[in-house]
Amino acid sequence: MDLMPALDREKCNGCGLCVRVCHCNAFVMIGNLVAVVETDFCGWCTHCEAICPMGAISCPFEIVIEER
Amino acid sequence: MAIDEGLLKSIPYFSGLSTAELDSIKAHIFERSIEGSGLILLEGEPADAMYFVASGVVKVFKTSSEGKEQILSFVRPGESFNDVSVFDGEPSIASAQAVKPAVLYGIRNSDLDLILRNHPQVSLNVIRVLSRQVRHLVSLVEDLSFKHVISRVAKILLEYASDGTEPKSRLTQQEMAALAGTAREMVGRSLRSLEDEGAIRLDHHRIVITNKEALREMAER
Ligand code: SF4
Ligand code: SF4
Repeated sequence: MDLMPALDREKCNGCGLCVRVCHCNAFVMIGNLVAVVETDFCGWCTHCEAICPMGAISCPFEIVIEER
Repeated sequence: MAIDEGLLKSIPYFSGLSTAELDSIKAHIFERSIEGSGLILLEGEPADAMYFVASGVVKVFKTSSEGKEQILSFVRPGESFNDVSVFDGEPSIASAQAVKPAVLYGIRNSDLDLILRNHPQVSLNVIRVLSRQVRHLVSLVEDLSFKHVISRVAKILLEYASDGTEPKSRLTQQEMAALAGTAREMVGRSLRSLEDEGAIRLDHHRIVITNKEALREMAER
């Protein structure tokens, strides 16, 4: 299973913007809280991190040097 | 938990000290555990202790009145923060927050005075550590005032790239923006330009440096 963006539930205010911006339905609202659903279709576009007003979502990048 | 002597030895502040000296210093050190991404200090608050990172990573940053964050440094195991504020007795110059759960070793102002008085070697070490910090900050000022965002992003990628020996660092675009002193969208744009130039490849959650030389050239522009 692919890695998913990290959600900090303590910061989330349940605004639902991430649910709307993600094209692969990685976020679902459960009551007034959001949860991340693992999916192979997340392309790490980072739109969810960009749109979250609370800074609750992070899409960290590993920085690696390609061996030649 | 007991203070780890091996770790103390590896801290630049305490290099060159005998075991007996380390033992006497150990008595002045307290441990503080930070859960999750907890705030450790707030800019402008009285500085009553300095800290060493024993494990984890700590982000040292300033926040502008509009809420924009500028990261000054990521502090890794063995390195210190809030020392300047403790030495000059002024309020904390920057805020500090754990990036992931962290264990810190702290020394209170009054204890630090005692340590410096009793162990002249520590004072010499401190001069070295602070000089290194000044060098880092001068290079940050240079980057922020003279370099284009794209060069700054290239430099950050080179600095944080893993060569396979250390645990890989992971940075979000938000953090890269705060390091580069710019907006998040500018980082996204810079990464795309660097990819167009063939210096990097965005591969899902990885930024792969495909042409280190080209990236270095961009960083030096
Ligand atoms: S955008 Fe952020 S605050 Fe809003 S629901 Fe999603 S995670 Fe929560
Ligand atoms: S990175 Fe993009 S695809 Fe992945 S969860 Fe966030 S918005 Fe959805």
